[in-house]
Amino acid sequence: MTFIAKQLGFAYGLHEASFEFPRNGLITIAGPNGAGKSTLLGILAGLRSPYHGSCVFAGKELRQWPKREFARRVAFLPQSVRMEFPFTVEEVVLMGRTPYASGWFQTAEDRSASEEAMTTTDTLAFRGRDFRTLSGGEAQRVILASALTQRPEALLLDEPATHLDLRHQLSLHRLLGELSKSLLVVAVTHDLNLALRFSDRVMVLEDGRIAGDGMPADVLNPALIARVFGVQATVHGSWMTYEA
Amino acid sequence: MSRSVLLSAAVLLAVLIAAPLAGSSHIELGRAFAGVSPDHEIFFYARLPRVILALLGGAALSVTGVLFQCMLRDPLAEPYTLGVSSGASVGAVIAICLGWRATGLASLVGAALVLLMVLGMAVEGRRLSSFTLLLTGVTMNSMAFAVILFLHNLASFSQSFAISRWLMGGLEAVEYSTLAWLAVVVVGVSAMVMAWAPHWNLLAVGDDWAASRGVSTVRLTAMGYIAGSVLTGLVTSLTGPIGFVGLIVPHALRLKLGADHRVLLPCAFLLGGAFLVVCDTLSRTVIAPTEIPVGVLTALCGGPFFLWLLKSRRRSLWL
Repeated sequence: MTFIAKQLGFAYGLHEASFEFPRNGLITIAGPNGAGKSTLLGILAGLRSPYHGSCVFAGKELRQWPKREFARRVAFLPQSVRMEFPFTVEEVVLMGRTPYASGWFQTAEDRSASEEAMTTTDTLAFRGRDFRTLSGGEAQRVILASALTQRPEALLLDEPATHLDLRHQLSLHRLLGELSKSLLVVAVTHDLNLALRFSDRVMVLEDGRIAGDGMPADVLNPALIARVFGVQATVHGSWMTYEA
Repeated sequence: MSRSVLLSAAVLLAVLIAAPLAGSSHIELGRAFAGVSPDHEIFFYARLPRVILALLGGAALSVTGVLFQCMLRDPLAEPYTLGVSSGASVGAVIAICLGWRATGLASLVGAALVLLMVLGMAVEGRRLSSFTLLLTGVTMNSMAFAVILFLHNLASFSQSFAISRWLMGGLEAVEYSTLAWLAVVVVGVSAMVMAWAPHWNLLAVGDDWAASRGVSTVRLTAMGYIAGSVLTGLVTSLTGPIGFVGLIVPHALRLKLGADHRVLLPCAFLLGGAFLVVCDTLSRTVIAPTEIPVGVLTALCGGPFFLWLLKSRRRSLWL
């Protein structure tokens, strides 16, 4: 097990959630606005404290993990990054190596880890560009590359597909599926079709509580979708359409 | 990377050699070192201390500018944004109104009080957000400005003149002992800030971005605020507020060198120092024997240069 949460809650957004996450696989967290998805992801990333209840990663309660050590095992991708300063793509990617850094200068290992991550995410071509000149899709891939240089066991993503066009949504999810063979990938999303198609498990939140958790095809049924999201869903094989 | 730092050091060195020789009366270096009057006195007691003060002041303000812009993720932040220098000004104005001679000491006390007040307001439990720092600092500035206006209103004619002179900022020759402890603090605090350069890079992107990569953001933000405030408070107590240096030098350097704080901070120290030395030299030579307030020159020299930089970089979508 990676994460084990028992009656996990937070001052706002999340009331009570208990679950266990395995070592690998792609887990999607879905739910309407304000259901507590991002709060839950923030707690798992070690960014929201103090939380109620218990949340254990690799046998140790989250609040007891030293930050640096935790950052070598769990990586977090924000929904977007608002960059004010002219960092290059490569500099942004290399920032992921901070939890391994022992001083001021990058090591050969840092550089090979970032090359590898940029190759995986197909961002090597614009390594020298100012991050602020990238398109939304390019920026998203660079942020993913930065997280991969942390060499994490768990990758937490907050709505990674929001700024992407259809083609990039598909290629991102294919990449996440590929990565999830060897590590745990947890992604918050609003797109139930992507969840249905790519994830190994779906967790639906409603008002800070878990409304459904299990295989995508079982959880995302018309009855649950009507109750939680308030829309009528029709399933066509592995695809859904909605009506108000 | 190290090339830009070396180049900056070379520029500073050249400026440091040229600046004390420039002035309304011609002096020779050989005669100054041989102890021949008046070259000796002009060089060692009038010009050199002032050049050193300008160097340390410019370095401290530029490093603080880089730091505050990074911490607040606000390109318009400068050393005076977070209130410490207005605390220094209130201290100095009170001293002038009460007829105390220790204006510098009073402004130091004012700066320290504001530092403690802002920290006390912005820290809640173990949290510290740069946003609260910004709001508290800006409020302190407004309050300090109101106090200064009030005191200025009550002041006599000669006090009023002294207050305006102080608020304009300016460099004067100070004792070598003062310069020595100023140098120790400015170099020491700047070195400490530079030691954390890789972490400033992450904080410049965002709090969560840095925290999820193992950076203790609260500790780093608190350290940055205290370091910047100590630098600004000390320098302001000796020179008064000198505008523009801490805003323009960091931006000009970012345009040329990028955002990596491992390059940016050392270059800001070196070239910020050089910039203020040049401005101060101009301020005492251009219409000698009358001096132009150095704040006027930092804006007049820095402004057009910066606009030119901005225009030459517009193609690459900087703004």
